Amino acid sequence: MYAYDEIDRTLVNERVSEFRDQVKRRLSGELTEDEFKMLRLQNGVYLQLHAYMFRVAIPYGTLASRQLRQLAHVARKYDRGYGHFTTRQNIQFNWIKLAELPDALADLAEVGIHAMQTSGNNMRNVTSDQWAGVAPGEIEDPRIWSELIRQHTTLHPEFSFLPRKFKIAITASDHDRAAIKIHDIGLRLIKNEKGETGFEVLVGGGLGRTPFIAKTIKHFVHGRDILSYIEAILRVYNQYGRRDNIYKARIKILVHELGIEKFSREVEEEWQHIRNSSLQIDDEVIEDIRARFSYPAYEKLPHMPDELRQAAADPDFEAWRKNSVAPHKVQGYSIVTISLKPVGGPPGDATAEQMDALADLADKYSFGEIRVGHEQNLALPHVAKRDLPALWKALDRLGLATPNVNLITDIIACPGLDYCSLANARSIPIAQELTRRFANHELANLIGRLHINISGCINACGHHHVGHIGILGVEKNGEEVYQITIGGRADENAALGNLIGPGVKFDEVADVVEDIVEAYLALRERPEELFMDTVKRLGVEPFKERVYATR
Amino acid sequence: MTSPLEQKKIKIAGPSVVTANRTWDGIVVYRTAAKGWSPDLSEAAIVRNSDEAKALLAEAVADDVGAVGAYIAPVQIGEDGRIEPGNLREQIRSTGVTIGQPAQV
Amino acid sequence: MPLVNGGKIADDSFVKLAVDTPLPEGGDILVPAERFIAEADNLLKRAGKVGVIWPNNRDIDELVPWLGKVATAALVFPTFRDGRAYSQARLLRERYNYRGDLRATGQVLRDQFVFMLRAGFDSFEVKKQADAEAFMQTAKRYSVFYQPTGDGRITALHRRMQLRHSEGVGT
Repeated sequence: MYAYDEIDRTLVNERVSEFRDQVKRRLSGELTEDEFKMLRLQNGVYLQLHAYMFRVAIPYGTLASRQLRQLAHVARKYDRGYGHFTTRQNIQFNWIKLAELPDALADLAEVGIHAMQTSGNNMRNVTSDQWAGVAPGEIEDPRIWSELIRQHTTLHPEFSFLPRKFKIAITASDHDRAAIKIHDIGLRLIKNEKGETGFEVLVGGGLGRTPFIAKTIKHFVHGRDILSYIEAILRVYNQYGRRDNIYKARIKILVHELGIEKFSREVEEEWQHIRNSSLQIDDEVIEDIRARFSYPAYEKLPHMPDELRQAAADPDFEAWRKNSVAPHKVQGYSIVTISLKPVGGPPGDATAEQMDALADLADKYSFGEIRVGHEQNLALPHVAKRDLPALWKALDRLGLATPNVNLITDIIACPGLDYCSLANARSIPIAQELTRRFANHELANLIGRLHINISGCINACGHHHVGHIGILGVEKNGEEVYQITIGGRADENAALGNLIGPGVKFDEVADVVEDIVEAYLALRERPEELFMDTVKRLGVEPFKERVYATR
Repeated sequence: MTSPLEQKKIKIAGPSVVTANRTWDGIVVYRTAAKGWSPDLSEAAIVRNSDEAKALLAEAVADDVGAVGAYIAPVQIGEDGRIEPGNLREQIRSTGVTIGQPAQV
Repeated sequence: MPLVNGGKIADDSFVKLAVDTPLPEGGDILVPAERFIAEADNLLKRAGKVGVIWPNNRDIDELVPWLGKVATAALVFPTFRDGRAYSQARLLRERYNYRGDLRATGQVLRDQFVFMLRAGFDSFEVKKQADAEAFMQTAKRYSVFYQPTGDGRITALHRRMQLRHSEGVGT
């Protein structure tokens, strides 16, 4: 966990005080909404259907228990008792009052949490693998670099008024849990032949109206040069990114219009001017940041403790363990994913009571640490295996032990028309219905790994393009209509899904998904062939036939 | 539902109201005939043609300190004179989310 | 529009000329880039200072040969949302070592002052009087900076290094 020092705390407090002044000027009429809008967006405040929405950053998905308790406090005191974890390691509160926002921010600042740049046309919260620092086989902890970049991008004097939002994600594992290929800049931490740390840099990924998978712009940028290289990309983008059309303003469009070769030449030329500047990072700086990440004092524990052996007799525990518990880099420990996808619940929501209880469990079982993943689930990153049975019982009591991680009911969904002022159709009720249809865990396990992603409009906050099954809500003649794609994925083999046919009505979506799943179960060569592999092997056609044969 | 954020031309097909979010707390409000705002749809001023709509909207937009993002929204008026939201989006804004809030789970 | 210069509200000695405004006999003038480039020698010959208004979509390299001769370079913010001039400002200061007056013009609001100062601006045509009056107070709002820029303020990373070293030596 990164510990803020006095310098970081001072900046966060200065930001709170600035925002307090901005809110005051807005409420007194000194600032018009047009002027204030950009200022509130730079601090994570949107205006949604029912109220203001407040988005708080959880940089690289790492939370301390006292921070989670403070999020619960904000949910309780300033909101309606719950929060929503997003696909970019943020939490949103849906009912916050503008006049109370400065106080909520001040409360969060007490525990080193802020909302800087969680919206607006600037560099957004830097995201990373929620298993960073604990996943076996990782190159090194990507959060050191995420924190370096977080600091560098915070209140950047040149890049706070970009053509459009700008998102950076970092992974250090072979399996990409940070979805770097759908980010404006994706960084894959690697070692070169000399064993030096650096990055493969990808650029121009993004979803929305015109989805693109990111392309590699440079195969190796040395760690010491990563800030200057990012700065070069941003400078090219700031000057040449389109500002005439909001839908063409993301860097992906610039990369596409120039072509990756020309774009990378522009970046290279700019980079040569600045790579040997004060942006170069010496090892001491990295070590200083590394030193402020605390790691638990792990005990030497057996691989298979008695507690675990005994609990194996309980099929419910075993079902959960097999589904939600992953190997840890330290023997005797596990990473536990906590599903925020209960049957019938809105994906990614957690109540203040659940947050408080989880903070307690993190203190008891996970060295006070919680992680937030882009799949809208949480994780306890350092659980001793002997504690798994006790933890499971406690989670189950809280409604947080649904064994559906990576299964068909582990749905990613945007807030949709129930909350969002941009949405054309509802997302959450579709997710709720699907979790009821596939509530039987045996069936879900039989189906295996299958990600459903739902967006309530073309802006694609639910990442529907990269869902194994993607559902996009649109509006047609005043009615909600849903377009279904299959074959997308967000990991290291990221791909965009293909449309299976005409859109279907709200009431038909769950039936269509059932048809697709039945077709898959009939078509797969063997039980181990995952849905996405069957789609890859056979294409869209057999699924399309099945779905539209009777429609 | 086509987002009213893209509302460019003012053309109304039936009875309509002007709605917005109150600046200090963000709640949904409707423009009243008394040149104020009310959270209660039944107190909204009803407009029935484009000129009326334009005038009501202009007056609402001018009150930038009172409420934010004013736009024209359709309503339906029942036989008993009750005002109902004219589409799903406005229904949700008026009566809340359709999903149950997790606090009740 | 009040001008802030040297941290204070100041008189603006420059008169802005359009592309086709007749050239006044004397006095300081601010000229659009296209007129400046076309008539530079002529403009610079007369008495009075000459400044140039450089649009944010025009290559700043074109201005470089003239940097020693202009009295001010005014960079434009057509709206406060358009941040291209921040890059131009940093290039002028940090790459081309421009030391003359660098003016922000267009939609300049209080909440951009810190960014602008860090990017190298030192005079500001402020849209609102109240913002101009609040300049000094706003400019001091932040004491921590994460990025190195040409303004020479020490970054958080380097402050930490200094603290580390002084701790090592002191105790």
